[in-house]
Amino acid sequence: MKMVELTINKIKVKAEPGMTILDAAKSVGISIPTLCHMKDLFPTGACRICSVEVEGQRNLIPSCAYPVYEGMKVETNSSRVLRARKTIVELLIENHPQDCLICVRSGNCELQNLSIKYGVREHRYAGESRQHAVDLSSASLERDPAKCILCGRCTRACNEIQKIGAIDFTNRGFKTIVTTPYNKGLNVSDCILCGQCILVCPTAALREKSAMKDVATALEKKGKFTVAQVAPAVRASLGEEYNMPLGTDVTGKLVTGLRRLGFKKVFDTNFAADLTIWEEANELIHRIQTRGILPMFTSCCPGWVKYLEQNYGDLIGHVSSCKSPHEMLGAVTKTYYAKKMGLDPEDIFVASIMPCTVKKYESERPELSGNAMQDVDAVLTTRELVRYFNLTGIDFDDLDSDDFDSTLGESTGAAAIFGTSGGVMEAALRYAYFTLTGQHLDILDFDAVRGLTGIKEASVDINGLTLNIAVVNGIGNAAQVLDEVRAGKSKYHFVEVMACPGGCINGGGQPIHQKQDKVIKRMKALYEIDKKMVKRRSYENEHVKTLYKEFFGEPGSHKSHEILHTTYQDKRKIK
Amino acid sequence: MHSEIFKNYTQNDKSAIIPLLQDVQQIYGYLPEKVLLEVAKFTGLALSRVYGIATFYNQFRLTPLGENIIRVCRGTACHVKGSANILYTLEQELKIQAGETTRDKKFTLEVVSCIGACSIAPVITVNDDYFGRLTTKEIPGILKKYANKPKAETKKEGSAS
Ligand code: SF4
Ligand code: SF4
Ligand code: FES
Repeated sequence: MKMVELTINKIKVKAEPGMTILDAAKSVGISIPTLCHMKDLFPTGACRICSVEVEGQRNLIPSCAYPVYEGMKVETNSSRVLRARKTIVELLIENHPQDCLICVRSGNCELQNLSIKYGVREHRYAGESRQHAVDLSSASLERDPAKCILCGRCTRACNEIQKIGAIDFTNRGFKTIVTTPYNKGLNVSDCILCGQCILVCPTAALREKSAMKDVATALEKKGKFTVAQVAPAVRASLGEEYNMPLGTDVTGKLVTGLRRLGFKKVFDTNFAADLTIWEEANELIHRIQTRGILPMFTSCCPGWVKYLEQNYGDLIGHVSSCKSPHEMLGAVTKTYYAKKMGLDPEDIFVASIMPCTVKKYESERPELSGNAMQDVDAVLTTRELVRYFNLTGIDFDDLDSDDFDSTLGESTGAAAIFGTSGGVMEAALRYAYFTLTGQHLDILDFDAVRGLTGIKEASVDINGLTLNIAVVNGIGNAAQVLDEVRAGKSKYHFVEVMACPGGCINGGGQPIHQKQDKVIKRMKALYEIDKKMVKRRSYENEHVKTLYKEFFGEPGSHKSHEILHTTYQDKRKIK
Repeated sequence: MHSEIFKNYTQNDKSAIIPLLQDVQQIYGYLPEKVLLEVAKFTGLALSRVYGIATFYNQFRLTPLGENIIRVCRGTACHVKGSANILYTLEQELKIQAGETTRDKKFTLEVVSCIGACSIAPVITVNDDYFGRLTTKEIPGILKKYANKPKAETKKEGSAS
């Protein structure tokens, strides 16, 4: 390819034709600030913070949208550029609550960082600023439009990546606001509460609804038997909040930290992931053998389930009736474990540490309560847990490693990979192969279902039975598969869907930063955990075996249906 | 489905959104929420996008029109002659904001860029009647007159933008 030669700040740069000035500058270590820019999406040029000076051009140029050309001369730091950027920041600040001291994103806010960077020291443009109410309507998210700087990143994550379109720009001029249709509140919108919008928001305009208070109250209450459980994806990301390299596995410290917070027992959601596989793989085999409704869809991702209920409610019969792993663990804790330990289930408080915002909503679903008791009482995101550690003076770096509490703490490698797109599929295949053939599957790494492709397909031969499978990575890719199913044209037997691109490791509750490769590195961390395990197949989990022997009998038994399975509803607005 | 509205358009043609919304407004006088849901489904656009478009353009209205439509000119000449005060007074008297309709559905208040009657600025129109060189003092009287009138013939296309 013929390269384009240009100079940026007098440095000679070779760039691919079509590259933007922004990317060309980055390739030689010159960073230009951005706000509205999103990697891999078409530039909108909305914010202009990336402005640079190009010789021969009268106006400043938005570098995120402008391609390089031969002989171009760019200045990214001229005083004119710096003044323009500072003015943009000043104008944004003046139309933004002066809340930094009490803001949840303080210290991790792009607007604050820009203000520091460009040395804003006074209010030069005092004027009218927008007043907007906070949207507290949903169980998982808070929307605070007053803090919105109208960069549009959330609308693009929601529209173009997730293809949900729950929020968008409305009105215009000074009245412009990113909101739901009719400004009605997320709970009645098309939102699936995935939180992908939170991950891209530069400010605190979008944030999770915190459950820290509920957890703190339970931990202090006398007579409460408090249990924490940790999702697979949390251990692969939490270290980032303490400046550890992307993809550091912090399982051991996490357990210690949770004990220090005062939890009586720290269980592993991975245990329940293994349990889920026992139930789900058996359900699949049963559906295949009895010519039941196929393809069967996975049910571990509540965002996906919510999407299906709202948009393809006619297909709920395809979804596995299995509760998601953390709900299963909650249910098992309040039944089997309570009985075994002689505890009153009413006294048990289960808190799930999740990479996910939807799980907050999920835990409140009426279908997921037994005897008027929620299976899971509170859900904390990875970010909230870090805040809790900070609040209570737990220096995460210095913590020793510890193991999960026994009986509901053991897990196999198959469970660890639940946290990544393709993982549930892989775990189920390992199990189904054994159940159908009586033999261990030798190859344990299904490369076909790994990675970041939108729809991953494979055919697996199990004793002459060809199983067609698909993995939908990110809810934005679901419609294609669902439309086929609706039309009766799907060739699949089993479809895994995770709403967040990459799976739970990229969940809406995970640490917020825009570092490259975070998804791939977290993914790798989980596959590493799997690889290091001696036991990598869910049926090898001894404690799950015991659980069936002592309590459930067998997968799909009456009792397991009562406690481990759930139901769904058709919630379409127009049918 | 309102097959009537959709019969001239192709499903999933996102570019049809504006003419479609115009047709809806032609029929209902405004954009009812239920119909917007169907428009969203038909065009394949998210409801939020449809709503965003409907609120971006002044020509679309999301609430039914009142019996009388008051248009306040906010063009340059009227502005110089104090149309901001006129608008403010109307908003205070009617207890609504520009773009809204009173609870009793008697009045809809709108703002337009220029009516083309600069010589008599500041000017408002009520239905098809012009009121030029208007002072804020006259406003209560005008409102009273129209409020008591039997149901006026109101045009249904909404305002020009
Ligand atoms: S939570 Fe997900 S679906 Fe809801 S507004 Fe944000 S990105 Fe869209
Ligand atoms: S809510 Fe956040 S991401 Fe969305 S437009 Fe506003 S500032 Fe940008
Ligand atoms: S980042 Fe380039 S215009 Fe916003």
